[in-house]
Amino acid sequence: MPGDSQLRTYRNERDYPFCPGCGHSLVLNHLNTALVKLGVDPHRIALVTDIGCQGLADQYFVANAFHGLHGRSLAYATGIKLVDPDLKVFVLIGDGGTGIGGAHLLNAARRNVGMTVLVMNNFNFGMTGGEHSVTTPPGGVTVTTRKGNLERPLDICATVAVNGAGYVWRGTAFDRELPDVIVEASNSESFALLDIWELCTAYYVPNNDFSRKSLLEMRERLGMPVGLLHREDRPEYARAVREANALLLGKPALPANPLPALFTSPLKEEFRFVVAGSAGGKVRSAARVLGEAAILSGLFAAQQDDYPVTVQTGHSISELIFSPNLIHFTGVTRPDALVLATEEGRKASARYLKALTAESWLFTTPEFANMDTPARKVVVDLDAMGIKGGRKNLAWLLSVYALNQLGIISAEACEEAARRGQRAEVAEEMIAGLRRVVGGEKAACA
Amino acid sequence: MREFIDGATAIARGALDAGATFFAGYPISPATPILLHMIRELPKVGGLAIQGEDEIASISMCVAAAMTGARAFTATSGPGMSLYSETIGLSIMGEVPLVIVDVQRLGPATGGATTPGQGDVQFARWGNSGGYPIIALAPGNVYECYSLTRVAFDLAEKHRCPVFLLTDKELFQALTTADVDRFEAPPVRERVVAEALPAGTHGLRAEETTIPYRAPAPDAAPAYAPIGGPHIVRFTGSTHDEHGFLTKDPVKVGKLNERLRRKIEDHAAELEMATSTTAPGAQTAFVSYGVTTGAMEEAYRIACAEGRAVSTLAVQSLWPVPENAILQFVKPGDGEAVVCRIVVAELNHGDFRREVERVVYRWCAQARVVPPEIVGINRVDGELITPAQFLEQIVGG
Ligand SMILES: Cc1ncc(C[n+]2csc(CCOP(=O)(O)OP(=O)(O)O)c2C)c(N)n1
Ligand code: SF4
Ligand SMILES: [Mg+2]
Repeated sequence: MPGDSQLRTYRNERDYPFCPGCGHSLVLNHLNTALVKLGVDPHRIALVTDIGCQGLADQYFVANAFHGLHGRSLAYATGIKLVDPDLKVFVLIGDGGTGIGGAHLLNAARRNVGMTVLVMNNFNFGMTGGEHSVTTPPGGVTVTTRKGNLERPLDICATVAVNGAGYVWRGTAFDRELPDVIVEASNSESFALLDIWELCTAYYVPNNDFSRKSLLEMRERLGMPVGLLHREDRPEYARAVREANALLLGKPALPANPLPALFTSPLKEEFRFVVAGSAGGKVRSAARVLGEAAILSGLFAAQQDDYPVTVQTGHSISELIFSPNLIHFTGVTRPDALVLATEEGRKASARYLKALTAESWLFTTPEFANMDTPARKVVVDLDAMGIKGGRKNLAWLLSVYALNQLGIISAEACEEAARRGQRAEVAEEMIAGLRRVVGGEKAACA
Repeated sequence: MREFIDGATAIARGALDAGATFFAGYPISPATPILLHMIRELPKVGGLAIQGEDEIASISMCVAAAMTGARAFTATSGPGMSLYSETIGLSIMGEVPLVIVDVQRLGPATGGATTPGQGDVQFARWGNSGGYPIIALAPGNVYECYSLTRVAFDLAEKHRCPVFLLTDKELFQALTTADVDRFEAPPVRERVVAEALPAGTHGLRAEETTIPYRAPAPDAAPAYAPIGGPHIVRFTGSTHDEHGFLTKDPVKVGKLNERLRRKIEDHAAELEMATSTTAPGAQTAFVSYGVTTGAMEEAYRIACAEGRAVSTLAVQSLWPVPENAILQFVKPGDGEAVVCRIVVAELNHGDFRREVERVVYRWCAQARVVPPEIVGINRVDGELITPAQFLEQIVGG
């Protein structure tokens, strides 16, 4: 049969496994009729089945089949469609799968992923023995609602319609027009959902004295309308994504950003430099520029950051290591220099402060001028230097000042790193600040 | 020339260079950078990335994409791994070539979102119902973040199974200095689509031109054929025959499940990856992986400088466990490497030490030799294991 683009039937030789009178058989026959009417090459059809009695269905068709896990069929259909937007995708899902996969239902509709979803809705879990589902009507008797269901049934159609589905229909497995509805739904090239009410002759029917006639009565009782309920023309998601992405095609993907050793550094051994400031104080981006400046100076650099989950509040600490040799261990227990920019930084720096010795350096602001430490303390007074608005770049300004004083990384290297790594306006601001602190008054050394 | 690069970027670049074309993920610290990289970069190579509505949707989309012709991967952290669990099983059963990056954070539950951990080692291995083997690789530095990502894609392709890249917040986010030319690029096999079987092939069904789950050997994956491609195929997560039809036939069921185990376990020796340094006369061997290998290497450097002998083993393939590499420290036949203490350092309560103990004690019991002492260095306080902690554990030397 390879090469056939159209079949007289899309059913294979295997017999359905369903109980006598089960609505699933009717729906699948309608689906077959619809596929014949559509006349699509079976190689270009994906039949995605959920789990449950209806989930067995793909095995009776000549088409690509995807049978995964319970409730996830809509997510698989989305994945398939995103890769191959021209495939005809059909999803066969039960009322059970619709419930457990509720998040996927909302999102597939909302995105308008092109697929035709047949909800084979028999108001209970057939496969597992007749438990209630999200569509069990009020009063419905199931093995888990023995005195009658107290939960309000989910209006699947209204839900997907209000959330952007392209085609929404409700009816029963007995409806003669179902094949044509399936054809129309599929041709809508949108997220199309058909809520198909059925009989589960093993459980829901005997437990509720239910019949074909009850289906008709029920829609009056629940006030759920039938027929074509909603049509909406929106861009189909898989194609829309491809179109939006097309502009980027061919651009170089994640190219390396090599940093040539344009400058030099006199550093002979590893130097650990910790910058402690506040979240939102651009500590991490300042540290990154310094690391890049170190590499531009022929050094190795490493940077490790610590910050709370809420990134705009609390501390932000960057540990930097500069070394003439390869750095194996990126952790810092004892800083050689600590840059203390703010109170939040100080609060989170207890272990660094404790580790400081008379050999260490502490660079900080007048706010912490009286702080007790064995380290050599350098108080940098930006106001006295005539630098206005330095607070928002405090971590950067203190750090470049410190590195310049320590003679580890030159101001030129820092400028070059800022120019290469930051947006033009940001780089400009960083460089302007740097020139002021580096050229400014000598700081007080306590 | 050098660059300042984090593990996240190296992994993203590894995936792009390995030919990845599809990514789906749900934001979670510390794994989010991969999602951001892929959203930005995949369209440039003709692929696409999507933020799923949750982790279950994300990995489900990846599985479906992988079976529709894409080379797919996803990335998450502990809480997301929990939600992946059922679909990891699906990927094993359906034989899906899928790479899963797990950027470990401190668990359990929400745990420490921005804190490093290595507590998913056993979870990755046993996080599927049925207990089927998977492959898990752990890069120890930024170079390996790149190269092992490539290896992960290659192995996923070959064995058609989920391959984990187990990394951690610190290695993933810390920026380090790398030589642009020192990144190794192990080969990644191309996606090969199954050839049409000759008409009259035994068992071929009317609509089939390939038999989707007929494997060439009892320890191998079947040839791959995508949905929408030249063959009509069936994919299933249920126990199936070679056509993908549900079956309870014990012969077929047993054969399938044995094959799913054997396609990994029978290849353990060729899959195992570890790098060791053995010092003559060393009585201590350090074993580590992931971010912790950095501290181990620094400790080794210090020990050498101080004239203290110690051997090291940096494990890259956590699963399968590199048994041969571990046993070099106990097998007398290997001469110099035999030690009296093995130190396993990890940011968990001893996940991998269990494996070292299992391998060493079993072999020693069979060989009737006294096993070395096996001790752990373990931290679950969110801090890294330091070189000093390794150095304290050296005996002799
Ligand atoms: C995660 C998960 N939970 C539970 C089950 C058990 N299970 C199998 S089918 C099913 C319900 C099926 O009901 P429905 O979707 O309405 O399909 P029907 O059998 O009625 O056609 C359940 C809960 C499962 N397979 N997977
Ligand atoms: S249990 Fe219900 S849904 Fe399942 S086959 Fe029987 S009648 Fe159909
Ligand atoms: Mg049902």
